[in-house]
Amino acid sequence: MHPNHPYRALALAGGLLLLTAGDLSAAKIGDLSDTRFWDQLIRFFSLRDPSLRYTLTASLFLGTCCGLLGSFIVVRKLSLMGDTLSHAVLPGVALGFLWTMTKNPWAIFVGATLAGLLGTVVVHWIHTTTHIKEDSAMGLVLSGFYALGICLFTMIQQLPTANKAGLDKFLFGQAAALSAEDLWMIGIVTILSLLAIVLFYKEFLVTSFDFGFAQALGLSARFFHYLIMLLLALSVVIALQAVGVVLVSALLITPAATAFLLTDRMHRMLIYASLFGMGAGVAGAFFSYLGNSLPTGPFIIVAASTLFALALLFSNRYGIIPRWIRNLSRDRRIQIENTLKAVYHVREKNAFSIDGIPVKALQNRRKLSPSEVEKEIRQLVRRGFASMDEPDPEALPDRERKLFLTPSGWETACRIVRNHRLWELYLTESVRYQPDHVHDDAEEIEHLLGEDIVRQLERRLNYPTRDPHGKLIPSLQDLSKTPLAGPSR
Amino acid sequence: MKMIPPFDIVSFFRAPWTEAWESSLWIVIMGFLVNAACGLVGSFLVLRRMALVGDAISHSVLPGIAVAFLLSTSRSSGLMMVGAVGAGLFAVWLIEFIHRNTRVKPDAALGVTFTTLFSIGVILIALYADQVDLDLECVLYGEIGFVYFAESFALLGMEVPIPVLRMAVTLFGLLVLLLLFYKEAVVTSFDPVLATSLGIPARWVHYGLMLSLSVVIVFSFESVGAILVIAMLILPSVTGSLLSDRLAHILIMSAVFSALYALAGLHLATWLNCSPAGAMVVAGFLLFCLAWILSPRRGLLTQLRKGRRGLRIEHGCTGSTGFE
Repeated sequence: MHPNHPYRALALAGGLLLLTAGDLSAAKIGDLSDTRFWDQLIRFFSLRDPSLRYTLTASLFLGTCCGLLGSFIVVRKLSLMGDTLSHAVLPGVALGFLWTMTKNPWAIFVGATLAGLLGTVVVHWIHTTTHIKEDSAMGLVLSGFYALGICLFTMIQQLPTANKAGLDKFLFGQAAALSAEDLWMIGIVTILSLLAIVLFYKEFLVTSFDFGFAQALGLSARFFHYLIMLLLALSVVIALQAVGVVLVSALLITPAATAFLLTDRMHRMLIYASLFGMGAGVAGAFFSYLGNSLPTGPFIIVAASTLFALALLFSNRYGIIPRWIRNLSRDRRIQIENTLKAVYHVREKNAFSIDGIPVKALQNRRKLSPSEVEKEIRQLVRRGFASMDEPDPEALPDRERKLFLTPSGWETACRIVRNHRLWELYLTESVRYQPDHVHDDAEEIEHLLGEDIVRQLERRLNYPTRDPHGKLIPSLQDLSKTPLAGPSR
Repeated sequence: MKMIPPFDIVSFFRAPWTEAWESSLWIVIMGFLVNAACGLVGSFLVLRRMALVGDAISHSVLPGIAVAFLLSTSRSSGLMMVGAVGAGLFAVWLIEFIHRNTRVKPDAALGVTFTTLFSIGVILIALYADQVDLDLECVLYGEIGFVYFAESFALLGMEVPIPVLRMAVTLFGLLVLLLLFYKEAVVTSFDPVLATSLGIPARWVHYGLMLSLSVVIVFSFESVGAILVIAMLILPSVTGSLLSDRLAHILIMSAVFSALYALAGLHLATWLNCSPAGAMVVAGFLLFCLAWILSPRRGLLTQLRKGRRGLRIEHGCTGSTGFE
């Protein structure tokens, strides 16, 4: 799928929302004395509130933009660059304000972007001209620029003339108070980022994953690095008013990190990250709408983090719980294979003359307690690898309880022993290990070798029949030649 | 510009010490204590490439403070400190948990964790605004300017503001810890493998460092806020490391720098009429830039004169958080 389709549709939807804004007039949240849950729910979904429409549109755009750009910094281990940028733009915001002495969004926009870019350049300078590590350099720029911004802000607050209302929203963000002009800016930056990523997808990809290779290809890797940084600075600046200086970095990192847990493909990661960003934006707008004067930004971040936590726990590939279950079932499989191997060894000791294995013999071989062996046997029987011959202890008191492998059980047992012995032989022949050093290694790898690797080993070792200790390596032909009698009843 | 008052060198140096000199004195003392305590712990953070863990903890303490407020409803209680320190340590644990158990890189784990906790803190404060007496502005740039007006405690015939006293005790405790465990802290920071072979429990040193970091951040929080504290953690030792290679020298220098930042910041803030905590960090950043350019050993000028461009080989930009 081409990456830009979903965005085009969403951009259209966002545009429609913008057009309908203002037609319907409804009371603002603050005018309502009664904020009962269901009323608010209906108001939310009917989109009657113009300020809500603004907030929602902005959240959708910001989710897309930050999700896309955040993916690139997350895969490059530059996540905290977003944090650095969001703090470094602050003096630019103040200077942009001082330039016009009004809250002209365009002047602030230009000032903030320049300050952000200067911040990334200073991090780079500190990193390349001193011994200071990059994390310290980022911390220095982050807090140094921020302190400058705070000084300027506190100075502006004492100015008698300036119309300084609303500068606060750069610090904490106020998604509910976005103006139409802010919305236009958010839209433009989102579309710019989208265009840049669609046009230069391959270049960004190569620069992100292999800087040296990109240079070898003749790409101007530095140019694309700074292009990403520029887009990042732009998106930080537009997001600043919605979620505030501390939480912008979360808008960049969290949806991208969530997507990173779900997929390995960059284009899918981009799509997922922007979808999560949009979902978190809508959810955050919804929850903050339910109460009176609740901040939108923190709710957006908490929604995004909830998605992240879900992915962290349940992601099919990298989630903690599925991996835990996989480990558990792998451990169980290894245990079963070890039991089957023990059965093989017992039969081998008797020159394959007996079919039924006395439980006692298996227990001696496995060196386990009787109850543990019983448990292992029950596992084998449940999986259809073996059946038990259980004589009635009263009728036939002398007959032992015996275990019989089914054909599939016998095949698995042979496969494991073959893997073990082939690997031992490989280690002694090809890797020149001493024969008494190879057992432990083979004990681990026997459960992991696939058929194609076994074929390769056999070819390489010239179809051997004996392992380094002189024992027979069971082959598939041998398997079919060893007829198996079922339990004699 | 109208905003910047005319610069007059005499009044620049005299202004803070005229009528409000007592307030100025306590601001400088508090600034010095905060900077020195942060610088001491920060030196080890910087060595371990964990500078941004300070960032994470300083934001994560917010929900801890909010919850403690809800439980106790009084401001100066020990419960608040316990809640905040607990939240900071929880953040460290969560970051380690995420990056150890999944493929999420440590920097992203750090970013996700502290922003989440900070958001929860802001939401709690907004939801229970009537019970939580915490000004969010204070989170952003601290209230060091009002330290003189805090409750005070009579000590040796002097009225010592309680935050100053608390910070002094913290600094003293840190110094004692440092003297006791200097070798352990140094060895684990430079060579964890050697530390393990010497029988030093590196994990415990790590947790001890994280605990002292959390305590220092929580006590500094009220004065300088969540973000400026990062500068105070990093600036003194990084500036020191531009001038010397010996850790002991860097630690001593960072104490001297702390006093300098506090003084210069106060004068700057009085002249420009801006936030004193912010001005201290700006002063620190300017001093860092001076050291960066002029340092006799590794300054930019020296590099230019010797014709070496860059002491380090440039290799891509990768962040590090010390959790690798």
